[in-house]
Amino acid sequence: MKICVLVKEVPDAAVEKRLDQGTKRLDRTGEKNLNPFDTHAIEAAMQIREGGAVDIDEIVAVTMGPESAFRALHKAVSLGADRSVHLTDETLAGSDVCATGYALARVLESESPDLVLLGQQSDDGECYTIGAVVADHLKMPSLTQVIKIDVEEGALKCERQAEYGYDTVQVQLPAVISVGDAINEPRYPSLKAIMGAKKKQLDTKSASDVDIEAGRVGEDGSRTAVLAVNPPPQKEAGEIIEDEDTGETVDKIVSWLDERKLLA
Amino acid sequence: MSAILTYALHYQGEFNKNSLGAVSEGAKLAKELGGEAAAVVVGDGEDLTDELCASLGKYGAGKVYRAKAPEGLAQPVVDVMAKVIQDEGYKYALFGGGLLGFEIGAGLTARLNAGVTMEVTEVAAQDGKLVAKRPILQDSAVVDVDYVSEPGIIIGRLNAFDLAEAGDDQAEVVDVEVQLEEHSTKASMVQRGEQRGADVNIEDADLLVAGGRGLGKAEGFELCEQLAEALGGAVAATRAVVDAGWYPYAAQIGQTGKTVAPKLYLAAGISGAIQHKVGMQASENIVAINKDPNAPIFEFSDLGVVGDLNKILPKLTEAVKAKRGG
Repeated sequence: MKICVLVKEVPDAAVEKRLDQGTKRLDRTGEKNLNPFDTHAIEAAMQIREGGAVDIDEIVAVTMGPESAFRALHKAVSLGADRSVHLTDETLAGSDVCATGYALARVLESESPDLVLLGQQSDDGECYTIGAVVADHLKMPSLTQVIKIDVEEGALKCERQAEYGYDTVQVQLPAVISVGDAINEPRYPSLKAIMGAKKKQLDTKSASDVDIEAGRVGEDGSRTAVLAVNPPPQKEAGEIIEDEDTGETVDKIVSWLDERKLLA
Repeated sequence: MSAILTYALHYQGEFNKNSLGAVSEGAKLAKELGGEAAAVVVGDGEDLTDELCASLGKYGAGKVYRAKAPEGLAQPVVDVMAKVIQDEGYKYALFGGGLLGFEIGAGLTARLNAGVTMEVTEVAAQDGKLVAKRPILQDSAVVDVDYVSEPGIIIGRLNAFDLAEAGDDQAEVVDVEVQLEEHSTKASMVQRGEQRGADVNIEDADLLVAGGRGLGKAEGFELCEQLAEALGGAVAATRAVVDAGWYPYAAQIGQTGKTVAPKLYLAAGISGAIQHKVGMQASENIVAINKDPNAPIFEFSDLGVVGDLNKILPKLTEAVKAKRGG
């Protein structure tokens, strides 16, 4: 079985993220890192391999992004992927969710995986959606925010928290599964793995290498456009009580609640 | 004009509160666009009666498209909604947030090559089109997003859209036959809902008492439970304490948990990290009790109490009991 793990390079958590007012895109200067949510997807792939219920031929990290994104792939490889694929092309810049999902599906198609894993969200934006977009393009069954995976014959038994509690869903392979960060505790890469990552195979592909139609990606291929970027609505500062006499504090809280008819 | 199509999730003969919010919002927006709002319901049980489906008219749906297909999974709904949108020409698909809404909306994006916005907190009709407002980058900015083609997909943040009963109107119920895509039949529900001591339904509670690391230990939750009981509410928890095993995951509020908007959110020993904030900031009244005066939660609470929750909570519980009992 071959597993592809979708990963993404995002601004480091310590970097203050902001939009470029001109392009209305994320300002991607500054320190970058592998999207922390993706490390759970790589760990999930490693645990399927180590679980032994199925033979894993290969774990391939796949990303789409600017030239610098190879560093996220190195990190992914240091965490256990065997090799990596980097889809990078100027025509892809500015792609929205619709265009990104299409492009990722094209590059995944060229790898023919039995299982595509990804993190539930990226630190910088596209929450919860890419997995289901990719799955529809690939015509594979899909489930997102999965927190437990059991390997069965030709299928995965997945558990996740949905609207009414925990659902258990059996998904036949090939499939696209996005994992929640509660699924595992990702391991730290060994020094040897970090050093070795740069030597592992990394294939760089352009849009035309994977037959991406130019009109469907980038800013022109995107179906949404950002009109304006505004600061969030400011909330007025609330009342503050310093607790000195607890009896008095509690009286104040109770009358505050009562005024708002919360103690009916 | 067929303007807006919403998805109404149901479970055991009842519609989901967020879905009803989406139906209400869809009806309001459709009126502004000069068109009609409709809803899609999908299920394979006996509970999707004519009466239940027609009741969506109360929230403003003119039509309800009912399809027989597995429920609780997204991809069959993608097939149904894609067909209805293509046959009837709906301009927008609107979802009330929640996990299935994200999955269905994302699937439609691919199927219809449509623009999508998610975590939307507000939608406005402008010049016959919809513009979605979406907070980004940990709520540090809000972007206005325009759709450059139709249809457009709008996925709300949980509880973003208010439920509004418009009257006693009954929706017209239309049965639709849809041939499911092959891949949509390759996932099957083994077990649906609840389990793991999850009698926790924090999303529907009007009053929530939420506990964080400041409770000090798992037993600290007893203080929250007693206060919640006195208030007639439920108990919620932060990511940190769920990870620590102090409280069930099902009660977790925040980015990787649930989003709630109760009438009262009383946060005990919660610092107010952004990942938590996104799950509760829409609450009508936020009260925070924390011993650290610099805790970020005081920046967005309506009433902040700087003090020791071990002293305050038991007395507050007694006072609330006395007030409500008397």
